[in-house]
Amino acid sequence: MTVERTQPGTEGRKQRKLRRALWTVALVLGLSMVLPLTGMLLTSDTTGQALAQQQQAQEEAAAVAKEEQQRRDFWRAAREGTAGYTAVSGQETNVLIQSEGEVWRAVREGPIMRYGGIGLLAVLGAIILFHLIAGTVKLEQRSGRTITRWTLFERVIHWYTAILFIILGITGLSLLFGRTVMMPWMGKEAFAAFANVAKPVHDWLAVPFAVGLVLMMVPWIKESLPKAYDFAWLKMGGGYFDRSKHPPAGFVNAGEKIWYWLLFFGGIVLLVSGFFLLFPNFGWERGTMQLAHIAHAVSGVALIAFSLGHMYLGTLGNQGTLEGMISGEVDELWAKAHHNLWYEEVMKHGNPKEASRGAGAGQPLTT
Amino acid sequence: MAKMKFLCDSERCIECNGCVTACKNEHEVPWGVNRRRVVTLDDGAPGESSISVACMHCSDAPCAAVCPVDCFYTTDDGIVLHDKDLCIGCGYCFYACPFGAPQYPQKEAFGIRGKMDKCTFCAGGPESDNSETEYEKYGRNRIAEGKLPLCAEMCATKALLAGDGDMVADIYRERVLKRGGRPQTWGWETAYKQA
Repeated sequence: MTVERTQPGTEGRKQRKLRRALWTVALVLGLSMVLPLTGMLLTSDTTGQALAQQQQAQEEAAAVAKEEQQRRDFWRAAREGTAGYTAVSGQETNVLIQSEGEVWRAVREGPIMRYGGIGLLAVLGAIILFHLIAGTVKLEQRSGRTITRWTLFERVIHWYTAILFIILGITGLSLLFGRTVMMPWMGKEAFAAFANVAKPVHDWLAVPFAVGLVLMMVPWIKESLPKAYDFAWLKMGGGYFDRSKHPPAGFVNAGEKIWYWLLFFGGIVLLVSGFFLLFPNFGWERGTMQLAHIAHAVSGVALIAFSLGHMYLGTLGNQGTLEGMISGEVDELWAKAHHNLWYEEVMKHGNPKEASRGAGAGQPLTT
Repeated sequence: MAKMKFLCDSERCIECNGCVTACKNEHEVPWGVNRRRVVTLDDGAPGESSISVACMHCSDAPCAAVCPVDCFYTTDDGIVLHDKDLCIGCGYCFYACPFGAPQYPQKEAFGIRGKMDKCTFCAGGPESDNSETEYEKYGRNRIAEGKLPLCAEMCATKALLAGDGDMVADIYRERVLKRGGRPQTWGWETAYKQA
């Protein structure tokens, strides 16, 4: 009985158990899929706020980046010498930093002072060496008859310009090299006292020098134009190395023509750059002044170097040359030796310079 | 030994020109000469910034390097000064200076310059300290009185700092840390290497 009773009873209990188990599994599976989604229920309300926060952070970062970029741009602009606004009146006062000055300083201290100094000493040394080895080109014989070579005007303007050139050269060089060369033995105070005179002297004499240079160069331009025979003169080295024969030359030889054109173009650079340096009150900016200074120093040093050669060749280098620039008269034999084509010209067609010289032409030299 | 330096904090400078006025008044500088000036870049535009600038008392001063009469000298405090008795008014220091510090009161015809004048870090010149001649030529010598440059003392926002380089650096570094970020001034690494 009990078995019978229990039989259907156990059957029913087993079925209920199975149903319960199935439902449980289904519930677990269902909840495990649904419950994780409840996060969405929690957050769905505040999603907008989170996004806003994120956006704000981004905007702040962008603002900081922009500020930093502006700061970078500001310092870059300052470094590049960008002009801004300033209440202080004056020249270029609105520029914070100008870097060109460093370049100018480097050029002045480097190429100009070093190579300029070495160059000047080298030219001086070469002249001394040449004189010791080759010596003066002697005027073996004098005829006693003279030819007029330089008119009174030419001589006066030559010496006027030459003396000013020497004064300007010394005062100019002392501004460039004085601190290195003169200050050590003179002392700071004495050199400054000298420089305080040298600078205004250089400034003031620049004007009469400019006038002299123009008055000297213009009349000589025709005689200084290059001719075919000048190449022969150059090829023979001016006859300074092989002294057995004289190279061909007209009124002036090729060497003198080279000196003329150096002085011509160098002089233009010198005068133009000097004009800028002399008048800072015209409002030239620093860049202009730096360029003008470099041009002035380079042309000045170069012309001084060449003038040393000119001075040597006109005096110690060639006997009988200097007297031409003093008295205006040269010996016929000197003319024949140094300026053969000019000599022939004068012999054939007469001397145009003679007329302007007036009485006393052709008189024998007493010296 | 202290190494004197100027530093202008561009984040603080409000372009009031108080430093310029203070300097002019303290030293009685002649007309047309301004030892200090305030420059504003991007004036009126976003990113506008101002800087007060004067002689920066460089360690390797270009002015001293190019001076034909060698009239510049650096004091033990690292202040670059010059001797007006030696100066010939050639203008070279003005061409070389990155900051436009040297000034010339125009004295004669043809724009021939007078003796150069520039910021002395309120330290006068070679004459005896606070003598009449020193005041006439170079202005007040505040350093000799134990005071710092008046421009910085007067600065309302403390944008302009002057004094021993280390202390100036510390003050500025503290500010920058509070603001967040690294030093924002150009040349910082050069001037304050030990940072």
